[in-house]
Amino acid sequence: MEPVILTKELTIKFGKFTAVNKVTFDVKEGEIFGLLGPNGSGKTTIIKALCGLITNALGEGKVLGLDIHKDSFKIKKRIGYMSQKFSLYEELTVNENLDFYAGIYQMKKDAIKVRKPEVLKLTGLTSYLERRAGALSGGWKQRLALACAIIHEPEVLFLDEPTAGIDPVARRTLWDLLFKLSGEGVTIFVTTHYMDEAERCRRVGYIYLSNLIAVGTIGELRQLPEISPDNSARLEILCNLPSEALVFIKELPYVWESTIFGQSIHVLCEANKREQLSKDLQDQGFNISQISPIIPSLEDIFVTLTNNIINKELGGGK
Amino acid sequence: MWENNFLAGLWPIFKKEVLQILRDPTTLFFALFVPIFEMVLLGVAVDTNVRQIKTVVYDLAKTQESQVLIERYISSDDFNVVAKVNSDRELYDKIVSGEAKVGIKIPEDYSRALQKNTSTSVLLIVDGSESNVTSEAVNVSSAITLQESLKRIATKSPGIVESRHKVLFNPNTRSANFFIPGLVAVVMQLMIIILISFSLVKERERGTLENLYLAPISPLGLMIGKMLPYGLLGFFELCWILLVMRYLFDVPIHGSVLLLLIFSIPFILTILGMGLIISTRARTQSEAMQLATSTLLPSIFLSGYIFSLDNMPQVFWIISRFIPTTYYIDTLRGIIIRGAEFKHLWMNGLALLVMGLTMLILAAFRFRQTNV
Ligand SMILES: Nc1ncnc2c1ncn2[C@@H]1O[C@H](COP(=O)(O)OP(=O)(O)O)[C@@H](O)[C@H]1O
Ligand SMILES: [Mg+2]
Repeated sequence: MEPVILTKELTIKFGKFTAVNKVTFDVKEGEIFGLLGPNGSGKTTIIKALCGLITNALGEGKVLGLDIHKDSFKIKKRIGYMSQKFSLYEELTVNENLDFYAGIYQMKKDAIKVRKPEVLKLTGLTSYLERRAGALSGGWKQRLALACAIIHEPEVLFLDEPTAGIDPVARRTLWDLLFKLSGEGVTIFVTTHYMDEAERCRRVGYIYLSNLIAVGTIGELRQLPEISPDNSARLEILCNLPSEALVFIKELPYVWESTIFGQSIHVLCEANKREQLSKDLQDQGFNISQISPIIPSLEDIFVTLTNNIINKELGGGK
Repeated sequence: MWENNFLAGLWPIFKKEVLQILRDPTTLFFALFVPIFEMVLLGVAVDTNVRQIKTVVYDLAKTQESQVLIERYISSDDFNVVAKVNSDRELYDKIVSGEAKVGIKIPEDYSRALQKNTSTSVLLIVDGSESNVTSEAVNVSSAITLQESLKRIATKSPGIVESRHKVLFNPNTRSANFFIPGLVAVVMQLMIIILISFSLVKERERGTLENLYLAPISPLGLMIGKMLPYGLLGFFELCWILLVMRYLFDVPIHGSVLLLLIFSIPFILTILGMGLIISTRARTQSEAMQLATSTLLPSIFLSGYIFSLDNMPQVFWIISRFIPTTYYIDTLRGIIIRGAEFKHLWMNGLALLVMGLTMLILAAFRFRQTNV
């Protein structure tokens, strides 16, 4: 089946600056796709391009089979969008905000009558109907923003950093809502810079400095040669004085990569070096309470990928 | 299918905008009370309670009717008749010498004209060196003659008395009558430009504009949906200012109010266009404010609002031709002060229309290109 979203070498330039560089990926129907990347890496720009807002985008892009260069008006009708800031009209009530968005999506009166209670129920906003949007708290504003984005029953929902600046409970509620929507068959494209959110997605893309470095399910990403090179092992070390230990570990010739995760140290090293590493650390006087193999987390994956890029750039610069 | 593509989004945006205006008390306060506040300032500054103006009367008619009219002037408390003279020479002398500030000349055929039901006019000769005196004398004289005319409507010979005036020494006297029509233009311009550009810039700041551009609306639908409510607000404000001007400040409108309203449409379109263009450039409200005030300065100083264009170097006159406010102020003064008609003003109207359409086309282009 044809993917719902598809790009091939999508490139966007603002003057001389390339904000999105030859990005290729696809999103299948009904899946939650997460685009992860630090601030300024080009996430918002990709969403805008997919909605046909950027007129000078190069390369191929299709949403719901429609060309982003030619059919942006048709695309806009069938997608929903929730922006980084919860963009609401604060002077208007919850009900009026919903009516407005239903209006600009050209919904018929009968359709609104049926759909509005559904959306209100889903987002739990029913009892706030006459409340001014400006008087809602952060989490509720965001639910209203979501309600406005889905009032017209979009087939694809774009969410741009939907959880920036809200409390953990509201974050979880939002994700529950997204899973519900996804269960109803809505394809969801969400950007984030939170690792744990990315882990909830069916598939993830990682964008760094305008380049899409990796795409796939976590399982697929773990299999990438850069992540799990032949003859390598990933270990977690629990010991006292982890920061001092890290300095020492970084100097070991068989260790390729090491980072601190909370109280522990994650290490990517040559295979079968566990005993050796344990011994070397103990010789230095560190007290090891545990050293065990781990499978790479998403964060491990992206740290490795980012480091590869940085090293490559440093190498290329020489 | 007007909802499709071409104007998509117009109606919901219009409705939403009206709701927002009604919900936001500061917008309405600005639109309705700031102009009044400015008019009061100006009114007080100009009209410093002039009473008992020294007056000389030259009554050529010497009839009962003319005597009645003179009595009216005296009983108004504004005029204090210090001398009666029998020639133009003497009349001018009294004023030139400063013995009197105002001369009233009643024509010889005053009573005859009235009896024939035609109109006649009293000539008011005013020393223009003190503008407050001038304006007061002119105002009150107009009021008196108007009253006289109204009285006569009920009689068998409803002739009309008019007050004409001639200002000596300072023919470009600035009076409240002269300023207030200009004020209407300037205040409306500032209000509308600020309100419409703020409404758009606020949407940009809050991110709702991004939502609009990502929704299936057309730039034109957005533009017109924004223009209509603020255009109507501007129109409403105009009527309000005119009412206050007429009934609170007693500035009579000598021409047709309908004509005035019709000529206001292209001006309102022009300033809406200016506001829209500003809103595509400004990223923040303070930036929009700066741009709005920067359009205001030439509209105040180079439009003939304060300084008469006749006395200006040619360069400024040429510049003034490119400022829409120039044409609108001239139209307002024409209708309000001089009672001008369409045949006198159509050139102004045409100029405003051309400028308005140009602005809107420019704005439409900028709206298409704007990235959020
Ligand atoms: N309209 C624009 N003009 C110029 N540069 C832009 C524009 N929009 C975004 N950028 C730049 O493109 C880069 C990517 O921006 P964005 O897509 O917003 O990043 P993200 O959403 O990942 O934080 C940033 O460096 C930003 O400054
Ligand atoms: Mg962003």
